[in-house]
Amino acid sequence: MKPKLVVIGAGMASGRALEHLVEAAPDAYDITLFGAEPRGNYNRIMLSPVLSGEKTYEEIVTHDADWYAANGIATRFGDAITGIDRERKVVVTAAGETPYDKLLIATGSNPFIIPLPGHDLKGVLSYRDLDDTQAMIDASTIPGAQAVVIGGGLLGLEAAAGLALRGMDVTVVHLMGHLMERQLDEAAGYLLRRELIGRGIKVLCSANSSEILGADGRVTGLRLDDGTELPCDILVMAVGIRPNVALAKEAGLATGRGIHVDDQMITSDESILAVGECVEHDGAVFGLVAPLYDQAKVAAATLLEQKAAFKQRTVSTKLKVTGVDLFSAGDFAEGEDREDIVFRDPARGVYKRLVLRDNRLIGAVMYGDTADGSWFFGLMNDGADMSEMRETLIFGPAYQGGAALDPMVAVAALPDEAEICGCNGICKGKITTAIANGATTLDAVRMTTKASGSCGTCTGLVEQVLAVTLGEDYAAPAAKPVCDCTDLTHEDVRRLIKASELKSMAAVMQECGWKTSCGCHVCRPALNFYLLADWPLEYLDDPQSRFVNERNHANIQKDGTFSVVPRMWGGITTPDELRAIADAADKYAVPTVKVTGGQRIDLLGVKKADLPAIWSDLNDAGMVSGHAYAKGLRTVKTCVGTDHCRFGTQDSTAFGIAIERRMWGSWTPHKVKMAVSGCPRNCAEATCKDVGVICVDSGFEVSVAGAAGMDVKETEALGKAPTEDEALDLIVAFVQLYRENAKYLDRPYKWVAKVGMDWVRERVVEDAASRTALIGRFDLSQGIYQTDPWAERATPKAQRDFAPLANLTLEAAE
Amino acid sequence: MRDFIDIGALEDIPVRGARVLKTPLGCIAVFRTAEDEVFALEDRCPHKGGPLSEGIVHGRAVTCPLHNWVIGFEDGTVQGPDEGAVPTWAAKVEGGRVLVDVALTAKRNAA
Ligand code: SRM
Ligand SMILES: Cc1cc2nc3c(=O)[nH]c(=O)nc-3n(C[C@H](O)[C@H](O)[C@H](O)COP(=O)(O)OP(=O)(O)OC[C@H]3O[C@@H](n4cnc5c(N)ncnc54)[C@H](O)[C@@H]3O)c2cc1C
Ligand code: SF4
Ligand code: FES
Repeated sequence: MKPKLVVIGAGMASGRALEHLVEAAPDAYDITLFGAEPRGNYNRIMLSPVLSGEKTYEEIVTHDADWYAANGIATRFGDAITGIDRERKVVVTAAGETPYDKLLIATGSNPFIIPLPGHDLKGVLSYRDLDDTQAMIDASTIPGAQAVVIGGGLLGLEAAAGLALRGMDVTVVHLMGHLMERQLDEAAGYLLRRELIGRGIKVLCSANSSEILGADGRVTGLRLDDGTELPCDILVMAVGIRPNVALAKEAGLATGRGIHVDDQMITSDESILAVGECVEHDGAVFGLVAPLYDQAKVAAATLLEQKAAFKQRTVSTKLKVTGVDLFSAGDFAEGEDREDIVFRDPARGVYKRLVLRDNRLIGAVMYGDTADGSWFFGLMNDGADMSEMRETLIFGPAYQGGAALDPMVAVAALPDEAEICGCNGICKGKITTAIANGATTLDAVRMTTKASGSCGTCTGLVEQVLAVTLGEDYAAPAAKPVCDCTDLTHEDVRRLIKASELKSMAAVMQECGWKTSCGCHVCRPALNFYLLADWPLEYLDDPQSRFVNERNHANIQKDGTFSVVPRMWGGITTPDELRAIADAADKYAVPTVKVTGGQRIDLLGVKKADLPAIWSDLNDAGMVSGHAYAKGLRTVKTCVGTDHCRFGTQDSTAFGIAIERRMWGSWTPHKVKMAVSGCPRNCAEATCKDVGVICVDSGFEVSVAGAAGMDVKETEALGKAPTEDEALDLIVAFVQLYRENAKYLDRPYKWVAKVGMDWVRERVVEDAASRTALIGRFDLSQGIYQTDPWAERATPKAQRDFAPLANLTLEAAE
Repeated sequence: MRDFIDIGALEDIPVRGARVLKTPLGCIAVFRTAEDEVFALEDRCPHKGGPLSEGIVHGRAVTCPLHNWVIGFEDGTVQGPDEGAVPTWAAKVEGGRVLVDVALTAKRNAA
C-alpha cells in the first residue's frame, strides 16, 4: 500500500509542492488535500486584479477539479482541520478523522486585526481571500459608497487602488510617515503618494486610528486619535499578517512566530513538514511567494527522500497597481559602510536608488522607471563586484560596456540642437551664441536666454556648456550650495519651494534632486523652516529636523542639562512671578539663577526629565516659554518711558509689551531681538537690535538690521509712524518679509545687506497693499504657531517623552 | 546566541530620533532610523561628552548636538576628519518591540 500524505491548506505553497511531487513521482503517495476555503488552489496574489476588475476569478484558478482528478488527489474543500493527533497519526475535521503517514502543514497566515473598539462590526473586512474580495466588490456597487483602508502597505494600497477603480471614494489611513515604509524609502514613498492622490485616493500618513464607529451593527466610520472622523461603508484592515500556527501549536509542535522547520522543511515531528507563510525558518517568516516556491520544491524532495535544502534569499517587491511602476529589493537602509547612488529626474517623476556595500549591490528602490529592476536584482543575487561599472551603474544595462562617462566630454559632444533647458526650450546652440556675444557668466546666460531661469535643475548643465565653451576663461560662480546633499543654493531652494508649491520635505528632496535619501543636519533644519514659513497650513513641523534646543524648547548646557527662561513681557515682572520663579528654583534644585542680557531671568542647569514639570509650575503662575532657544522672536527690551522717566516721550514699556504679545512664538530664519526706547537717549539699546524703536514726541522711529553680536552695526531707518498701530504694522511686515525671503541662519542685518534697504522699504513702507498682505500672512502663521510649547508639553505623554525610555539599573537591582 | 531584553515599544522612539536608556553601564542612546532600524550607543560624544541622543539623525548616523561631530551607528566611529569611537551594543526590533543586548543590565565587573 502507498503511504498516505495529508495536506492541510489548499494555498499557494501547498499547490506548488503538490505539483513538484506528482510530477516527480506520480504514484509515491496516496494524497488527501484539505482546505478551509470552499474552493481549490487559486493564485492569491492575483486577487488584486480581480478586485480592480482587470481579471475574473476563473482566470486565476491554478488547479481545477480535472487536475486533482488526473493526479489522483482526493480533495476535501470547505472541510477545515480542527486537530492533529500525532500519537495516532490522524487529522480531525468536523466530518471525522483521516489517518496519515506524512503530514504537510500549509495553513498560510491570518490577517492581523487591530483590536480597536468596533473591529467586529459588519463591514470591517480583511483582505486575504476570495470572500473578502467579493465583499469589497459588492460594497463598491452601492452608488456613492465610501471606503477607508487602514494600512498603507502593499495589500492596503492594492485594495485602495482596486476600490477606487470600482468608483469608490477611498481614504488610506497609514500609521507611519510614508507609504510602504518596509519596501520604500521616503523619497519613493512620496512619489507613490503623489500618484495615488492624483487618482483621487486620499492618503493620510502618520495617522493613528482610535475607534471604529458603527450604527445598527454596521460600520459607519473611523475616528482618528486627533478627532478626525472619516465616514465609510466598508473598512478594510490591511495592517499585516500573522503566521497561522494555532493548529500546530495545539498539536505540540515547536513554534515561535511561525512553525519551526529545518532546512528540509521538517518540523519538530519528523513525520510532519510545513511550508508557506505559516513557517519560521532560521528566525525568518515570509510574506511573498518567491521563497515559498523554493520551500515547496524542497518539501516535495524531502517527501521523496531526496536531498534538498531551503536557503533564504533576497526578495523583490512590485506593487500590482496598473500604471504604478515601483520596485524594491534587498536592504536599502543607509549606513556608514554603504554607498548610495541616487538618480532623480523630477520632470518625469523618476527616482532610483542603489545601495552598495564593499562594491556589491545589496539594495535597490525604484519609482517611475523600473525597467532595469530585474537586471539590478540579478546583480544583487550574483553578488558581483561593481567597481568596473560603478560610474554608470544607475543608468542600467544599456550604458554598460563603454568607457566611463565624462560629463564634460558628453556636453562637448552634444549637437547644437540638443535641448539644455527644458522649461524654456533653450538648446545648446542658443547658449553658445549668447556666450560668444559676451554672456560669460551663469547670470548673464540666464538674463539673455532664460536658460536655467525657471526650475533651475539644468543649472549644472548650463555651467558645463559655459565651461566647455570658454575653457580656462570661465570662472565658476561662488554661489554655495546648502550642503553636500544638493547643488542648489538656499535662495534656489526657497524659490522652488514657493514656485513649485513643494509642501513636504520629501517633495523638496525629490523635485530639487537631493543626492541623499533623507538629508543631513545642515539642510533639514533649513528646509523645515522654509516649509513651515511658506506653508503654515499645509506643512507639519518636524521636530526631528530641528536642532536640540528647539526640539527640547530649552538651551542645552555643556553638561547636557538645560536652561529655562520664562517670558517677561517687555522686561516687566511682578512679585508673584518672582516668587514662582524662586519656588521653582528651590523645588528643582536649580544651581544658577541669572539675570540675562535680555531683561529676564534664566534658570540654568535643569535636568531634562524635570523640564515638563518646571514648565508646568511656571505655567501655573501665568508664565510662558521665553523662546530663549529659538530661531524666533526672543526679547523686546524696553525702558521705563513716560510712566516714570522725566524724558520719556511715549509709553515705551507698553509698546514693547504690545509688540512682544503680537509676535511671540513666530519662527524666523535666525533669532530676532527688538527694543523700544522712550527717547533718543536710548536706554533700551534699540539701535543695535534686529528691530529697534525710538520714541519721539511726534511718534515712533522704526529702524532695522542692527547687530551687537559677532558684528556690531547700527540699525538703518525703516520708517516713521505717528501711532503705535502704524509702527507695529511696519514691524510685523518687516519681520514677515524677512521670514519669507531670508536664508536660514542669516540675521536680518545680513539679509538686508543682500537685498538692499530700498527693496525692503518698497515692500514694507511704500506699497501699502504689499504691507497689508505681509501682515495678513504673518497673522495666518501666528494662528498656528503662536502656542506655548510649555503648555503643550504638560501632558503625561510629553512627560514620558522627556524621561528615559527605560531604566535598567532598577532591573539589575532586583 | 546573544540574549536580548525588551526595553519598550518602537513607537516610543521618534522616527529619526532617539530615547535614553538608563543602565548600570551609564546612559545609552537608543536610535531609530528613517527605515525603522534601531541602534544602541553610549550616550556620550567622544569629543566633549555631548548627549548624542539629542542630535539630528540622518541615514545611519547622528550629528552631536554640541559641536556637530558625526557618529556612525554601526560601529560607533566618528566620521569625517574627526577621530574617536563610542561603544555600541546589539539592538533589534521584533514585533514592534525594541530589544537590546542583555549585557546592558549587568553591573560592571568590580575588577
Ligand atoms: C542667556 C544669555 C546671556 C546672559 O546670561 O545674559 C545668552 C546666552 C547665550 N547666547 Fe546670547 N545670550 C543672551 C543675550 C545676548 C545678547 C544681548 C541681547 O540680546 O540684548 C547678544 C547680542 C545681541 C545680538 O543677538 O545681536 C547675544 C548674542 C549671541 C550670539 C551672536 C549672535 C550674532 O548674530 O552675532 C550667539 C550665537 C548665535 O546665536 O549663533 C548667542 C548665543 C547664545 C547661546 C544660546 C549659545 C548657545 O548656543 O548655547 C547662549 C545660551 C546660554 C544658555 O545655556 O542658556 N548669543 N546674546 C542672554 C539671553 C537673553 C535672553 O533673555 O534671551
Ligand atoms: C491580495 C493579495 C495580494 C498579494 N500579492 C502578492 C504579490 O504581488 N507578490 C507576492 O509574492 N505575494 C503576494 N501576496 C502574498 C501571497 O499571496 C502569499 O505569500 C501566499 O499566498 C502564501 O501562501 P501559503 O500557501 O503559505 O498560504 P495561503 O495561500 O494563504 O494558503 C493557506 C490556505 O490554508 C487554508 N487553511 C488555513 N487553516 C486551515 C485549516 N485548519 N484547515 C484547512 N485549511 C486551512 C487557508 O484557508 C488558505 O486557503 C498577496 C496576498 C494577497 C492576499
Ligand atoms: S557670550 Fe554668550 S555664547 Fe559666549 S559664553 Fe557668554 S553666554 Fe555663551
Ligand atoms: S561634544 Fe559632541 S561634538 Fe563636541
